[in-house]
Amino acid sequence: MTSANVSPGTTRAGGAAGGRRGRPGGPGAAGGAPTARARRPRRRLRLPPRLLPYLLLAPAVVAELVVHVVPIAVGVWMSFRDLTLFYIRDWAKAPGKGLGNYRIAVDFDAAIGKDLLGSFLVTVGVTVLAVGLSWLLGTAAAILMQERFRGRGLLRAAFLVPYALPVYAAVMTWGFLFQRDTGMVDHVLVDQLHLTGGDRPFWLIGGNSFWALLTVIVWRSWPFAFLVLMAGLQNVPRDLYEASALDGAGVWRQIRHITLPALRPVNQVLVLVLFLWTFNDFNTPFVLFGKAAPDGGDLVSLHIYQTSFITWNFGAGSAMSVLLLLFLLLVTAVYLIATSRRRTARA
Amino acid sequence: MRHPTSPASGHNATSHSATSHSATSSGEPPATAPAPGARRRARRRPRRTATALTAGIAGGILLAAAACGGGTGSGGNGSPKTLTYWASNQGTDIAADQRVLGPELAKFEKQSGIKVKLEVVPWTDLLNRILAATTSGQGPDVLNIGNTWSASLQATGGLLPFDAKTIAQVGGAQRFVPAALASAGAKGKDPAAVPLYSLAYGLYYNKKMFADAKLDPPKTWQEMVDDGHRLTKGNVHGIAVEGASIPENVHAAFNIGQMYGADFFTPDGKPQFATPQAVAAIKSYVGLLGTDKIAAPGNAEYSANQSLNDFATGKAAMLMWQATTSGFTNLGMKPGAWGVVPIPAPSPTPPGGRDVTSMVAGINIAVFKNTDNRDGALKFVKFMTSDDEQKILNKAYGSLPSVTAAQNDPAFDTADLKVFKDILAAHAAPLPQVPSESQFETAVGTAMKELFADAAAGRPLTDDRIKSKLEAAQQQMAK
Repeated sequence: MTSANVSPGTTRAGGAAGGRRGRPGGPGAAGGAPTARARRPRRRLRLPPRLLPYLLLAPAVVAELVVHVVPIAVGVWMSFRDLTLFYIRDWAKAPGKGLGNYRIAVDFDAAIGKDLLGSFLVTVGVTVLAVGLSWLLGTAAAILMQERFRGRGLLRAAFLVPYALPVYAAVMTWGFLFQRDTGMVDHVLVDQLHLTGGDRPFWLIGGNSFWALLTVIVWRSWPFAFLVLMAGLQNVPRDLYEASALDGAGVWRQIRHITLPALRPVNQVLVLVLFLWTFNDFNTPFVLFGKAAPDGGDLVSLHIYQTSFITWNFGAGSAMSVLLLLFLLLVTAVYLIATSRRRTARA
Repeated sequence: MRHPTSPASGHNATSHSATSHSATSSGEPPATAPAPGARRRARRRPRRTATALTAGIAGGILLAAAACGGGTGSGGNGSPKTLTYWASNQGTDIAADQRVLGPELAKFEKQSGIKVKLEVVPWTDLLNRILAATTSGQGPDVLNIGNTWSASLQATGGLLPFDAKTIAQVGGAQRFVPAALASAGAKGKDPAAVPLYSLAYGLYYNKKMFADAKLDPPKTWQEMVDDGHRLTKGNVHGIAVEGASIPENVHAAFNIGQMYGADFFTPDGKPQFATPQAVAAIKSYVGLLGTDKIAAPGNAEYSANQSLNDFATGKAAMLMWQATTSGFTNLGMKPGAWGVVPIPAPSPTPPGGRDVTSMVAGINIAVFKNTDNRDGALKFVKFMTSDDEQKILNKAYGSLPSVTAAQNDPAFDTADLKVFKDILAAHAAPLPQVPSESQFETAVGTAMKELFADAAAGRPLTDDRIKSKLEAAQQQMAK
């Protein structure tokens, strides 16, 4: 029977006859034999024929509900409640607060709203720079690794190490490197290169924390860009390069007119994924800075955790999270519409 | 095995634009003709089924969730033979705790016939685990809590209140050190727990460094600063501080704040962080690094006990820390190489200043309200706070017993512990026992971390700057 599965014609016919119309012996001579066979189990199970696909989908639907939809719904519900420590034991009875939690979060004149806005702007800055740099490094490395040379495999593997390391271990190591008194970064910058005029800068507190965080995030995420783009490049036909070379195109022209357009669909997804990952990054600042990140490294997920969940104000935390979700939805939607419209226009 | 139905009919039901195509390919043009009505019917039926299915599942989940959330049972004695105990991590690691507690739990099982299932929970997880247990109603029977969380956890209603009758079951309130019992819940309410291990802050000093410089341990804040100046040379500093640690910062703010008469909450529990007293206290503490410069600038990013390390390895001559022995010896310091005195207060005493030099630090033991072995749990609390167990456990951990009678054991008469016993008996006060205490710790501790960062970067430490930081911290305490 497996052979019928492989051949699309037979499968379609059988499905059309048995599945859609649900009547034995329908027209369609081609599907006669499979229909007859498909009828028997139906009679045994006594299932309405159109229910079967839904039954088969049901486990996935249940899993999706349990894993995604219900927690999101509960989170949204919590954002309208005054769910503080006084109610967590019996949280179903937390009193309603209407839009109160949202009002606090977007009141940019008060401390909470102002801090949230500041953290949001820092996150936008880190995200834009980190996605840009990761993409640039990933593209450059992928293109350079295209040509065959000795040790290419080794180098490719080495490039992927940051991506393969467990995030906690890697970021803790960065934390040690960035320590002021004993860290290697200051040792190299100050003691060996004498770049700072004898001044030992702090990296884990104060304003420099922005650059420390950016460094770690780019270090962690560019190998992913590299991996995806390298895979994408395998699909670019080599003869295009050969033909263009015959026409006298240089390397830059080839990159601009062959490589990048060919990578467009890959890039569309890659940039979106990198954006979402960086914007939502919690682990990196948490491990690098601890619970209370300095302003320059205060990514919004960590900020929400610190201002609400540590203080057990789950309603306010949920409201901020819902706002974050809406923002990300909006950006994603606009991005997808814009990029796919451009593609249709080109096609 | 009956494959033909499954993939194809799923295909049809979902994408109708594809039907004509598939029909043509299977060579049956009339198939599209009778379709519209049938297809509409076909479409509606599964959708209704699917909706019902979805609704049923969602409803089921919500019901289950609601059942979890409704932690209304007030406990009983359903399973009188077992107890689950969440112990906080008091020793150097979890295995050390299991070695200390294991024989004692066996002793309790022999006495009472109740088997105690022990789980040592690391500090990083403990509060989250307790919150999760409170939310779900599924938790341990007996648990340790940091005593500063008492009022917050009390407000959740997840812990069994020790009213007069309950506390009598564990031996009575008069057995406990009063200051320790005062840090087991909000004033005027039944305690949410009883104290188990007690600790206090003191000023540790390196005896050899002080002797070499011909100095005596400081008795006033100014003496401490002067000594610090004398001892600061090259890579060695007078004192080490844990400038990026939220709890250490807030504990220092409280300890020194008491000397200046600072209250971070009004008597009715409203936050008031930016008082002149609090500004003065924080200025003198952060000033150790910023203005007095007797602490190394790098201390501003310490948050993983590096200051303990600096003191133990002779890079700093003084350290304000909670009672510890193993903390130093593990880092290679020999017992007897350090001495301890109360944290020195400013002299003359500022107006309103109190004769308090330390918070009451320590661990409380509580009973989870949803326990199904209430009597057994209370028996266990009574066992853990009995004189004998208090002596054994506090000896093992280097802390002080929280019951007065056990403190008289000669084991707690070492030079160090005598100092801490005195502090706890007469010069210690509990941190504010208000529900929003954890918020206070986060907000003020973070503000001080930022002030340390500013000071280390060379920015001047003015009253206005401290005041505005504290005001901003207070604004975060929204209702």
